[in-house]
Amino acid sequence: MIEVIHLSKHYGAKRAVDDISFTVDQGQILGFLGPNGAGKSTTMNIITGYISSTSGTVKIDGVDILEEPIKAKKKIGYLPEQPPLYMDMTVQGYLRFMYELKKVTLPRDKHIDEICQTVKISDVQHRLIKNLSKGYKQRVGLAQALLGNPPVLILDEPTVGLDPQQIIEIRNLIQDLGQKHTVILSSHILPEVQAVCDRVIVISKGKLVADDTPEHLTQSLSHHNLVARVEGEQQQVLQTIRTVPGVKNVEVIKTLEGETADYQIEPQENADIRRELNFALAAKRLALLSLKNEELSLEDVFLELIQNDEAEQTKDADAEQAQGDAGETESPDGQEQPASLNEGETGSAAQEEALPQDENEHLPAGDTPHEEDGPEANPDETDAKKEED
Amino acid sequence: MAAIIKRELGSYFTSPIGYIYLAVFYIFAGIFFYANNLSANIADIEYTFQSLFTIVLFVIPLLTMKLLSDEKRQKTDQALLTSPISLGSIVLGKYFAALIMFALGVLITVVYAFVLSMYATVDWMVVLANLLGLLFMGGALISIGLFISSLTESQIVSAIASFALVLLLYLMDTFLSIIPFDWLKNLLSAISFYSHYTNFTYGIVNLVDIVFFVSMAAIFLFLTIRVIDKRRWS
Repeated sequence: MIEVIHLSKHYGAKRAVDDISFTVDQGQILGFLGPNGAGKSTTMNIITGYISSTSGTVKIDGVDILEEPIKAKKKIGYLPEQPPLYMDMTVQGYLRFMYELKKVTLPRDKHIDEICQTVKISDVQHRLIKNLSKGYKQRVGLAQALLGNPPVLILDEPTVGLDPQQIIEIRNLIQDLGQKHTVILSSHILPEVQAVCDRVIVISKGKLVADDTPEHLTQSLSHHNLVARVEGEQQQVLQTIRTVPGVKNVEVIKTLEGETADYQIEPQENADIRRELNFALAAKRLALLSLKNEELSLEDVFLELIQNDEAEQTKDADAEQAQGDAGETESPDGQEQPASLNEGETGSAAQEEALPQDENEHLPAGDTPHEEDGPEANPDETDAKKEED
Repeated sequence: MAAIIKRELGSYFTSPIGYIYLAVFYIFAGIFFYANNLSANIADIEYTFQSLFTIVLFVIPLLTMKLLSDEKRQKTDQALLTSPISLGSIVLGKYFAALIMFALGVLITVVYAFVLSMYATVDWMVVLANLLGLLFMGGALISIGLFISSLTESQIVSAIASFALVLLLYLMDTFLSIIPFDWLKNLLSAISFYSHYTNFTYGIVNLVDIVFFVSMAAIFLFLTIRVIDKRRWS
């Protein structure tokens, strides 16, 4: 239904989209993930024909967006990041205008009424758009995308600005729409993608870093780490856990009130250590209060994918320097971070120095600022995530 | 295209711009009509039209300043450019909406002619030639204003730039006498809006003047389309 073939978009030296290819089949809901500035919106803007690609093509239902733009655009409903609303119009006036602009042939008033009911904006139809709340504006934008029942829907962050109740409604709506339409949606709310999408594409710095089902993505990267909440003196607990056969590594991730703390336990591959752990702790009269699998959320997966990608890019840049810098660049709370984080950090530090010489073709110069703040910002995020848990 | 014309006309009247334009135009046209015809006891309406030249120059930026700049700022151009409609019809839709709005102002002169006809014989052909002249010149100016509004995201910048250009066009004929180079003088007098327009006010509908204004409009409409298209490619 949607074919994206070797799509690239360059802004001067910066590659906003770098050789992305994928296809979306009819009736599929595809999730687009990526940090800000990864090229999600740019890709969507190219697919919908708002901007042109530097190279590569997009075909909607076999129609090339560059060669037959009008025919291709007829098949697309697009909700951009910022809904394209005329503030001085009423909701009804706006939808009628878009109806005419899109040359929809369905009976006008009935069709518009149906859409208004679907996205639940019937009660504000006669109000000026500028007086609506952000959630309503978003829904008017969605209504506009649905006009004419286009087979392809491109939704750029459709749930931004909605309250939790509305988010659930819109998600359900998108799932319903997915039965009749082919949907691409981008989101920064990752559980949303997990809940709604059949397939996820992860983009980082304009490159496609993963393309899989949400379940697969989580599974393939899952470490099956355990998180145990144990009451008892910390050093003793740590020592006890280390003696359990099959334990590769253990560390404190959170200290709670009293002597209770959460410990993250990394078992050796495929080892089931739960029973032995329980017995070992019980023998020392240390109470195991809870034990759970640490499942990676898509957020972790996502961070990891991006960092793996960065690390790969910079690994062969010059391994010697990376080794030299490793000690210095480790952040104070380095021990709490997954291994890949450290790798990304040292990699980028090394790459900074390497850049002027021979890395220019590998990574465009425009990317360096991102390279710097990316890995530094990420540990904080992972920490924050752990705090929530 | 019809959808865009309709929307733009609606938007002139849901914002104060449309009313301000009409008010300004009617007030000044009324003053000139009173001074040149009613108070001076002259049935010849061409003086009123000659004075209108200045007014037209200065009200047109009001009509064109937000046509494309606001679309870009509010990102509503995303809706337009991703709709199954060509770039040409988007730009032409905007152009004709402004032209229709302009004509609504200009048509007041027909009322003046009727008023005059109650007291004297009016040369209707001269009135018609004047109306044509205003519309052709307005068409060219609107096209220039539209082009300027495609260059910026800010209505204010668009308006000021248009006013500056209009001021240049207005003063160009006065500058001519002090230009020492003949070729430049000839060139500038050839593109003088005033001299092309005054022919119409005498009742002379000259093909040269029509071609001049129409080609001005066409050139700037073309440039506007190119500007928007280029933005998509860069």
